[in-house]
Amino acid sequence: MPRSTPEIPNASMADIAFLMLIFFLVTTTIANDRGLSIQLPPIPPPNQEDIKIPEHNMFKIQINSSDALLVEGNPLSDLGGLRDDIKKFILNRGVDPLSSDSPEKAIVSYKTDRGTSHKKFIEILDIIQGAYYDIYADQAGVTNKRFREAASDLTDATNKQIYDKGRAGVPMQVSIAEPTKVGN
Amino acid sequence: MSKFKKKAVVKQDIPTSSMPDVVFMLLFFFMVTTELRETAIDVQQRIPEATQLRKLLRKSLVTNLYIGEPKKTEQFGKEAKIQADDVFIEPKDIVLWVNRQKDLLQENERDMLTVAMKVDHEAKRGIIADVESELRKANARKILYTTMNKKEEVK
Repeated sequence: MPRSTPEIPNASMADIAFLMLIFFLVTTTIANDRGLSIQLPPIPPPNQEDIKIPEHNMFKIQINSSDALLVEGNPLSDLGGLRDDIKKFILNRGVDPLSSDSPEKAIVSYKTDRGTSHKKFIEILDIIQGAYYDIYADQAGVTNKRFREAASDLTDATNKQIYDKGRAGVPMQVSIAEPTKVGN
Repeated sequence: MSKFKKKAVVKQDIPTSSMPDVVFMLLFFFMVTTELRETAIDVQQRIPEATQLRKLLRKSLVTNLYIGEPKKTEQFGKEAKIQADDVFIEPKDIVLWVNRQKDLLQENERDMLTVAMKVDHEAKRGIIADVESELRKANARKILYTTMNKKEEVK
């Protein structure tokens, strides 16, 4: 007589799996670890003298407490051309005497008010960083997206190469100033 | 008539034997891509959108700060608050908090700590700037403003 092989009933397996699936669907959130990355400046040593930066080497962006924009002293409502303006300013290389001397000396000065909303702050920071990443991507001969991917993971040799090639001679100098205290 | 009847005999069942496999595959996908939330977030989190995103690779080096209007406004007021782990903190507590976070890391990795700021889009710059100046004092200068991905318009 052949031995009966013991079998586990597997008809309910799908139900168990569904139950677990629904549990994980409900209890979890997909981790969001993407965003705009910046490096804060170190605390300056006490009694350090202010360094004078020539006016033409600064691209000034100011936002007031009602989220209105002032770029290089002029009110601006259409943000469409801002990215290209910043790019032109950085890559001026002394052609226009009223614009930057060289990419190394160019500084984008970004000043907000204590009442400026975070949404507006991110919107403009995105444009400034976008201008820099466009320049880097151009120099490295890759797309903007590819450059940012490379910059996120420098342990990979090809990524490091793209990153170094892109950043050569153009440091990202965005000065985020202490906000003014009009609105709060 | 009989011709048509014959056709109707064809078996029309969808084979269900592979269903557990399909479901398991989905299950594993969700198990791998998701993380269990350790803390309940008590501030509003409407994350702004941006295009120039960078990704953080080493999750162990990231620590989160949540800033926004408290969800329980009748209890905590409408002013934006800072939440670290699962408590509300004041800007002056940040140095202590950063040092505690650094203690959790390996000694050689302590300078690589990144603070991910998850800020509600209506929060004001004032409170964020206060946090930033404290982070500078604590020498945790790598910052990430967490944002959602916005599709860039094609030029």
